Amino acid sequence: MMDYLLTHAPALIIAVPLLGAFLTPLISRINDKLRNIFVILTLGLTTFLVFLLANDVFTNGIRTYVFGHAGDITLPIVRILFEIDGLNAFMAIIGCLLPLIAVIYSWSFIKENTGLDKYYTLILLMTAGMLGMMLTGDMFNFFVFLEITSISSAALVAFWTNKGKASVAAFKYIVISAIGALFVLFAVAILYGQYNALNMAVLANNMSYSFLDKIALVLLIAALAMKSGIVPMHMWLPDAYGRAPSSISIILIGTTQASLYGVLRVCFTLYGSNLTTQINQIGELLISPAVLIAILLIVLALATILVGVLMALKQTDLKRMIGYAAVAEIGFMVLAIGAAISTFQTNAQTGITTMSTTGMVALKGGIFHIINDALDIGLLFLVAGAIYYATKETSLNKLGGLARNMKYTTVLFLIGLFAVSGMPPMNGFASKLLIYESTYQINPILSIVAILSSILLLAVFVKVFHSVFLGPQQSSFKKVKEVPISMLIAMGAIACIIIIFGIFPDLILTNIVNPAAQALASNTPYITSVLGGI
Amino acid sequence: MIYNFPYIAVVGLIIIGLYAVVFRRNLIKIVIGITLIESGVNLFLITLAFREDSIAPIFTGISEQTADKAPEIMSLPVPHALTLTSIVIGVAVLALMLSFIIHIYRHYKTLDARKLGGDDQ
Amino acid sequence: MMEIIEQILNTLDTGSGFWNPLVWGTIILIAFIIGYTIRSFGKIGYKKGTEQTKPFLSGNIEGDKEKSHIKASNLYWGFTESLKGVYSSLTKIHNGNINDYILWFIVIMGIFFIVLVGVF
Repeated sequence: MMDYLLTHAPALIIAVPLLGAFLTPLISRINDKLRNIFVILTLGLTTFLVFLLANDVFTNGIRTYVFGHAGDITLPIVRILFEIDGLNAFMAIIGCLLPLIAVIYSWSFIKENTGLDKYYTLILLMTAGMLGMMLTGDMFNFFVFLEITSISSAALVAFWTNKGKASVAAFKYIVISAIGALFVLFAVAILYGQYNALNMAVLANNMSYSFLDKIALVLLIAALAMKSGIVPMHMWLPDAYGRAPSSISIILIGTTQASLYGVLRVCFTLYGSNLTTQINQIGELLISPAVLIAILLIVLALATILVGVLMALKQTDLKRMIGYAAVAEIGFMVLAIGAAISTFQTNAQTGITTMSTTGMVALKGGIFHIINDALDIGLLFLVAGAIYYATKETSLNKLGGLARNMKYTTVLFLIGLFAVSGMPPMNGFASKLLIYESTYQINPILSIVAILSSILLLAVFVKVFHSVFLGPQQSSFKKVKEVPISMLIAMGAIACIIIIFGIFPDLILTNIVNPAAQALASNTPYITSVLGGI
Repeated sequence: MIYNFPYIAVVGLIIIGLYAVVFRRNLIKIVIGITLIESGVNLFLITLAFREDSIAPIFTGISEQTADKAPEIMSLPVPHALTLTSIVIGVAVLALMLSFIIHIYRHYKTLDARKLGGDDQ
Repeated sequence: MMEIIEQILNTLDTGSGFWNPLVWGTIILIAFIIGYTIRSFGKIGYKKGTEQTKPFLSGNIEGDKEKSHIKASNLYWGFTESLKGVYSSLTKIHNGNINDYILWFIVIMGIFFIVLVGVF
């Protein structure tokens, strides 16, 4: 039984939420509680399968799965292929934990709303799309799952249709998603027209970095960067995160990080060593494209961090402020990734592409920060949702003195505050320490901007803590009670994971982050496990 | 030279679509611009499948004389499948965008993109 | 079992430093205990409910407790006031207009195009 599950795990991880999504409207006609339990069980089964697969990949190496064909891969490759290496397994862990927490949280958060069968159906569809985007090894399949995710998440952003604001945010989100996905399709079509292949491993093997390939690289990076919220294309992010229900905001974080994973996959695996061996000539300077991409990404990342933090300081709406903090955190990730790309070199004699040690540390810091950021900002969104559930207020000017009534929420918000601003001993400190120390050796200015922005993030959330939780008891909030227990369980689970990641960072780094970083350092294992050494 | 004409049409469609999205204020015109970009990309996908003097890639459609030369005169079938998928996705996105516009009009009574949204609302 | 315990107690080694949260936690705990014992050598005279516990505002009458809470937009006034130039231009850029969102995308794609492809 376990062997069967393990062999077919890549297909089951997509199929189980998809089947659950189609069965949910039927089950919700019978009973409401039954539907909630069914959705939680479906997502629990998906999480179990993802952990099984991740355990196998982290210990045994890359796994491939061909849809519709039992046995080995035969050339030429015409079927859809799922290829799971360390980075895919790492992203899949994020992609299955966040919806599970969100559904446990929604048990009582969203209970008084109508249209809940559509809500749970769309959550399951979004999970299937997000996991498909993170596991696939085929470029057009990536586009299809990208569109599935953006359509279902746009419908969920507009869930509270009784006011007009959520529909405006959802409209902006779907326009941005549609244009980004269309440009991704354009780039995939260019690559197909040149090489007659849609599979990532075959494309990486035959890539020759001609003029059309450069155009495809530009289109892919720009479109996927817009979808992951890099300045100056970040402006949809506070709108969409701030006006969606809180349990949806935490899953939206997973989808934006899946787009960031797309940038990583394109730069490191698809174009791989072509970025260092083909030399650009600008004027009289000979620069490899890796350094050019690194400079562009680092400049954009610095702008992202500064704009995100400065705009967050001025907001008075709680969830919009957390949205801007999420933009700043994505800037940290892209800063680390840009610093890692800039040390990409190819040894001329042996032809092996490596990064220097500093680059590997930066890459590990950036990838570790992906999961830390998902957990920290997720916890903050859940606390904001709890405050909205208890007081029906979102503006910071009208709140005050809530620590007397909501003790557990205050402690959880404190944990989230320390984690986001990078204070020891939480997990934010471990990944930010790696980023500070490695980017300092590339250029001191990067590290200085990063540290200053972390301090400003601490200032932003201390402002929130003071104006929401501290202070005298306001007369309008005398009857505020603690939030129901399912929301506390969800928030407490994330807080426990944050503390465990913070106290044992080296355990997580060597077992989970290291295989992901090694998978990016060289694309040769990715190609040979599909093409078999040809 | 005449076989390059579809590629010029693709670039023209995408540029007109981008102009409509960036410079027009009415929300429905923005949606029309997105549809134009999508039509351009679909046209590009279909043009990749073309081979000179080719027939549709269906195996029962070959006549007796050309049966031995069959693989060379069929157009590529894969981009046809990709285009069908893309058209269906485009329909879903278009329906979703228009239903959002209905909700926005009901609450704001205007379809001007400049009057919607702001930092502190 | 021993190797799991040994793995748990590992220190995180960055290229140029190290970080061990368990050692850090122990040191903080010891410092806290030392500080607490030093504090407990102080004066104990503290009567609750008398004039010693009321706030002192230089002789002014204390106002309504509810209104003494500083609202969120008034915090960090000095910071936002001194950076007014930056904030005015930032707020003007974030105007919520969908056309500007796509315009920025086209501008960034153009910059990437010029730098990476090298065609002017």
